[in-house]
Parts: sequence; structure tokens; C-alpha cells
Amino acid sequence: MSLKIVVLAKQVPDTRNVGKDAMKADGTINRAALPAIFNPEDLNALEQALRLKDTHPGSTITLLTMGPGRAAEIIREGLYRGADNGYLLTDRAFAGADTLATSYALATAIRKIKDFDLIIGGRQAIDGDTAQVGPQVAEKLGLPQITYAEEIKSCENGVITILRHVDGGVETVQGKLPLVITVNGSASPCRPRNAKYVQKYKHAKTVTEKQQGNLDYEELYSKHDYLNLQEWSVADVNGDLEQCGLSGSPTKVKAVQNIVFQAKESKTLTATDRDVEDLIIELLDNHTIG
Amino acid sequence: MNNIFVYCEIEDESKVADVSLELLTKGRSLANQLNCQLEAVVIGSNLDGAIPEVLSYGVDRLHVFDAPKLYPYTSLPHASILVNLFKQEKPQIALMGADVIGRDLGPRVSSALTSGLTADCTALEIGDHEDKKTGTVYKDLLYQIRPAFGGNIVATIVNPEHRPQMATVREGVMKKAIVNPNYKGEVIKHNVPDYVSETDYAVTVIERHLAKSKNNLKASPIVIAGGYGVGSKANFDLLFELAKELHAEVGASRAAVDAGFTSNDRQVGQTGLTVRPKLYIACGISGQIQHIAGMQESSMIISINNDPAAPINQIADYVVNGTVEEVVPKMIKYYKKNSK
Ligand SMILES: Cc1cc2nc3c(=O)[nH]c(=O)nc-3n(C[C@H](O)[C@H](O)[C@H](O)COP(=O)(O)OP(=O)(O)OC[C@H]3O[C@@H](n4cnc5c(N)ncnc54)[C@H](O)[C@@H]3O)c2cc1C
Ligand SMILES: Nc1ncnc2c1ncn2[C@@H]1O[C@H](COP(=O)(O)O)[C@@H](O)[C@H]1O
Repeated sequence: MSLKIVVLAKQVPDTRNVGKDAMKADGTINRAALPAIFNPEDLNALEQALRLKDTHPGSTITLLTMGPGRAAEIIREGLYRGADNGYLLTDRAFAGADTLATSYALATAIRKIKDFDLIIGGRQAIDGDTAQVGPQVAEKLGLPQITYAEEIKSCENGVITILRHVDGGVETVQGKLPLVITVNGSASPCRPRNAKYVQKYKHAKTVTEKQQGNLDYEELYSKHDYLNLQEWSVADVNGDLEQCGLSGSPTKVKAVQNIVFQAKESKTLTATDRDVEDLIIELLDNHTIG
Repeated sequence: MNNIFVYCEIEDESKVADVSLELLTKGRSLANQLNCQLEAVVIGSNLDGAIPEVLSYGVDRLHVFDAPKLYPYTSLPHASILVNLFKQEKPQIALMGADVIGRDLGPRVSSALTSGLTADCTALEIGDHEDKKTGTVYKDLLYQIRPAFGGNIVATIVNPEHRPQMATVREGVMKKAIVNPNYKGEVIKHNVPDYVSETDYAVTVIERHLAKSKNNLKASPIVIAGGYGVGSKANFDLLFELAKELHAEVGASRAAVDAGFTSNDRQVGQTGLTVRPKLYIACGISGQIQHIAGMQESSMIISINNDPAAPINQIADYVVNGTVEEVVPKMIKYYKKNSK
């Protein structure tokens, strides 16, 4: 049985290698100083999809990503590894979305894609660390969910068996397609780009990207339709503006404080008996130990 | 009506998870502050044993959903119960643990109620909020405070318009305290089929392997952590000795685990455990960002390091310039001398 798989992938700033210049003086994030990458756990999700495609010939993988124009890079990275096509949801009206508005937008796009057996996303994105979008997309589509997946064990006759991570151990669960899966970072890493696919898709571009570049390749795009990456706006997916972006987000950020690079006032002591004893007495007095 | 609800997670058939008890304690104090009631929800099978314990945390109303297929946890039946119950009871605040269950359940419920949810909060407070654009002032909102952006910032989130205000909180961040072992709360046993439909049992658990965690690092109020600078497995024993005295647990950096000084279930950091103890003593740890990500919210940090320029010293409250071999035995000695 061949499968139609949608993979949710997000372009994120690489928060794991944050240098001092990543924070502006006013405590906000200097996104320009951080490289934009494929959200790590979304690569684990893609790998699970690619394995299903390996074992179920004729299956297709569609990448779906919401973000600014440059997030088209995510679709190309997916194509280079074996995905078949992708959609970029991009519109000013999507900006400022919290997880609820994000899942609303992704769910409307998935309804437009319509024909799917499985939706696979990463467990969480490293910019927000919320792990909310997967279950919320499932709820919006009225589908069951299996989160924290380590490995898809099998998928036969419309029944999928998954090993998932739970607190203090693992469990194996079973469910009927269609459903939504989110994949953990500890699952198998994603295979590297395939040179053949890089060659095939390196000129794949969205309309916006084509407009920005030179049009030397115009003929190429009319000849090879797979090089035309689709962009969808709110209107393209019949989205309700009230439920998108900032207006569709019930949570508001009240305040933000930069912590890591604020050095604390610290007391410096030596290793002498006197200093160590004073420290212990102080800790006992303020009931930190005792 | 408009009370505070805590979802109580059930582990091992009828034991309530620590994180839920911690949230009940927090919920009780928020309820006192807001002058409303604390309500709890337990969902599982054979729950009678759990009822007195939950009530003792100061629960005014306890909602019990007891049916064989509700344990072990699966997403849809538990989500349907909360969604239907919340529609009926209209809580102002709903809290759950930021573990695998809470992070699976919370988003599903908040999506169905379009209520918004803040994950992994490290503090919850009550305060007012003014919408700068409209000038509207909202009284007594829940401030949901959490690290964001890979732990590089701390954000305060509010839900001005939508209810319930939902948040998840990690284990060990809040204290648990029984209010009264005989606290008188109302117990409401609900008829499960009124809340869950047969189609909700869409995913079935066919096998589970749970290992009891060998250490109690996540919940320990004091953590003594060793890094590569501890130097050897034998020196690591010094840390265990100090930990025994202080009733603490021993943690480690990845470099110490990789060097074989201790086992990997003790690793703290981005790829290990996140701990938020009252006191974190970092022994011979340089303080790379991946390690700091797992311990920076400790209330007090002491660094013992022979390099005064070690990055960890930047976030430490006390810096002891010295070697682990010299300082740790002295700490043991002077603790023994002064604690009596
Ligand atoms: C993707 C990724 C994930 C990672 N995840 C984690 C993680 O989860 N947790 C983690 O800890 N690391 C993690 N790391 C590794 C991390 O980057 C550091 O390499 C590691 O934390 C360093 O450990 P350390 O401080 O013990 O060792 P070092 O950096 O070698 O520091 C040793 C320190 O000990 C001091 N010292 C030496 N001798 C003595 C002595 N006799 N007495 C006192 N002090 C002494 C030195 O001055 C130095 O400051 C990760 C790395 C990557 C790339
Ligand atoms: N803008 C987005 N575009 C595509 N997928 C997304 C987006 N945001 C979140 N996701 C998916 O949802 C998962 C969880 O994200 P989060 O809830 O933000 O931690 C990610 O790993 C992605 O698979």
C-alpha cells in the first residue's frame, strides 16, 4: 500500500549556538545574527517519512512549512533528501502567530492538500520549545495523535505501530490511519542530501524567489513543473483572518528578559579553611542546606 | 465556577505523579490569592486509593473519571474529558505537568477550547495587565513565566481574553506541601461515557516498559554536579560523600559522563536532564551553554573551579577558586562540624 505523507517542517534560528551578539542591548533577539536552520526534530520526522517511502513504494512525501519567503529553503532541503514536493505558507497575515494560530494555518493548508494518510512533524521547534503544534494540528483536523515517537515499527493495512517515548520508559502503541505523529530528537537522524536530488532540484524556486533573481531559467521552469515551488497565502487556503497571526493568538508576550548573558553579582572565595567554613555557615544560616 | 483546575496525572495505576502534587500546592496558593476554589481532575482506573491523597493538598472539589480503558493514558479520551468538563465548569486557570502526558494533552485541550497554552513554565504569578493599544486593563491575570529561545531569554506570557488560562509546569520546579491530611473536599464521580465516545479510543497501548529511575536528580532540592575537572572516578566519590551529608543527588556534565566518571543518567544539560534545585554546586565544570541550559534556573549556584575565568562563574552566586580535591573534603568537614 502506498502512502501519502505530509511532513511539517519549520525554519528556525539556531538557538543552540547563541553567541553574545545574538542579544541586542535592549534584550531582544537579533535574529540576523543567528543562522536559520531546518528545525532539528523535523529532520527526524522527515527520516521516518523517508523510511516509510522506502518500504512502501509509490508513496509520496509533501513538505509543508509556514514562514517568511526564505523558508522555501526548507522545502529544497526536503527535496534534496527524497521528498516529492512542498508548499510554503507565507503571508503577512500569518506573522506573530502563537502555536494556536500556527496550527490553525497549517490545518487549513492540510485541508487544501486534502489527500493524505499521515502527517508527521517534529516533537518541538527549538525556537519556542513548546511541542504544541503537532497535537493542535491533530485536534483541528479531528485526527488522533501519537507524540514523542521514536520509531515507526510498521504500517500495514491502514494500521500503524509506533514505539514512543514516555516518562520513565517506552511504550508501543497502535492506531488507524489517518493520524498525526510527532517525532523525538532521539529517533534516527536524517539521511544526508542525495547528490542526484540536489542536481534535480537545485533550481527549484517559489514565484517570489524567481522574481527576485534573474530570469535566465524561464524556459527551465516551464519545461520542468517540479521546479516551481508553490506559495500559499491566507486566501489560497481559505483562511479566516481572525484566526491567523497575531489576531488568532490568545497568548500575548507581556515581557521578555535576557538572562544568560547577565552576569550575576557573585561572591568570590578562596579554598582556605576559613572561607569554606564561612560559606557552609552562611548556607546553614539561610537554610539553603541543613 | 471560574475556579482553578489541576489535571492529576496517574502513574502506576493509582499513584498520583509528583508534578501534579506540586501543581496542587501551587494551585492552592493561587486559589487563596484569587479567592476562588481549587478543583482537581483524576482520570484512570481503580482510583479510589488516590482520592484521600489528592484532597489532602487542599482540593475543594475533586472530579473522578474511573473506567478500565482510561489507564494507561491515551490522548483522546483524556482530552475529551477535560474539554467537556471545562466547557461545563469554565475554569479561569487550568494547570498540568510539562511531561510527556501534559505536553500531549494540554495542546489538544487548548486547541479545542481555543484558549492558548504556555508550555514549561518555571513560575506562575498573579498580576494585572494593560493592553497598550486599547488601554484596557485586565485584573488578576495569570503571569505564565517561562524560558524561551533555547533558554536564552525568560518571557512572561498572559492570556487576556481567553479562558481557561492554561499552563504546563515541569516536575521539580514547584514545592509540594500537604495542607491537611483530612481536608474536606467534595468528590464527584462522573459517568465516563457522558464525556468520552467510543471513537476516542483510537490509539491503543500494546506494550509498555517502564524503568524506575535510579536516581532522584530531577526532584532533588540540592544537586552536586561534577565535570571533567573532577579528574577521576575516585574523586567523584567525594561528591557522593558530600551529597550523602547534604541529602543531595549527584549530577554530571557530559564531559564527565564521557570520561566514565559516572553514569549517563546523571547528565545535566541540553541533552540530559533539566534540574532546578534550590542549590546547585558545580564542581570542575566549565559551564558551556549546553550544560547551563539544564541548570541555569537553580535558585543558588556555587562554582568550585581552579580557573577564575571559567564561564560558569558568570552565573554563580558563589565562586570558590580552588580544586575539587581540596574544597570538597573541607565542605564535608565543616558541614559536619556546624550542622549539629
Ligand atoms: C549538541 C551538544 C549537546 C551537548 N549536551 C550537553 C549536555 O547535555 N550536558 C553537558 O554537560 N554538556 C553537553 N555538551 C558538551 C558541552 O559542550 C561541554 O563539552 C561540556 O559541558 C563540558 O563539560 P565540563 O565542563 O565538565 O568539561 P570542561 O569544559 O573540560 O571543563 C572542566 C572544568 O574543570 C576545571 N578544572 C580542572 N581541574 C580542576 C580541579 N582539579 N578542580 C576544580 N576545577 C578543575 C577547569 O578549569 C574547567 O573549567 C553538549 C555538546 C554538544 C555539541
Ligand atoms: N511554522 C511552521 N511550519 C511548519 N511546521 C511547523 C511550524 N511550526 C511548528 N511546526 C511543526 O510543529 C512541531 C512543533 O512545534 P512547536 O509547537 O513550535 O514546538 C515542529 O517540530 C514542526 O514539525
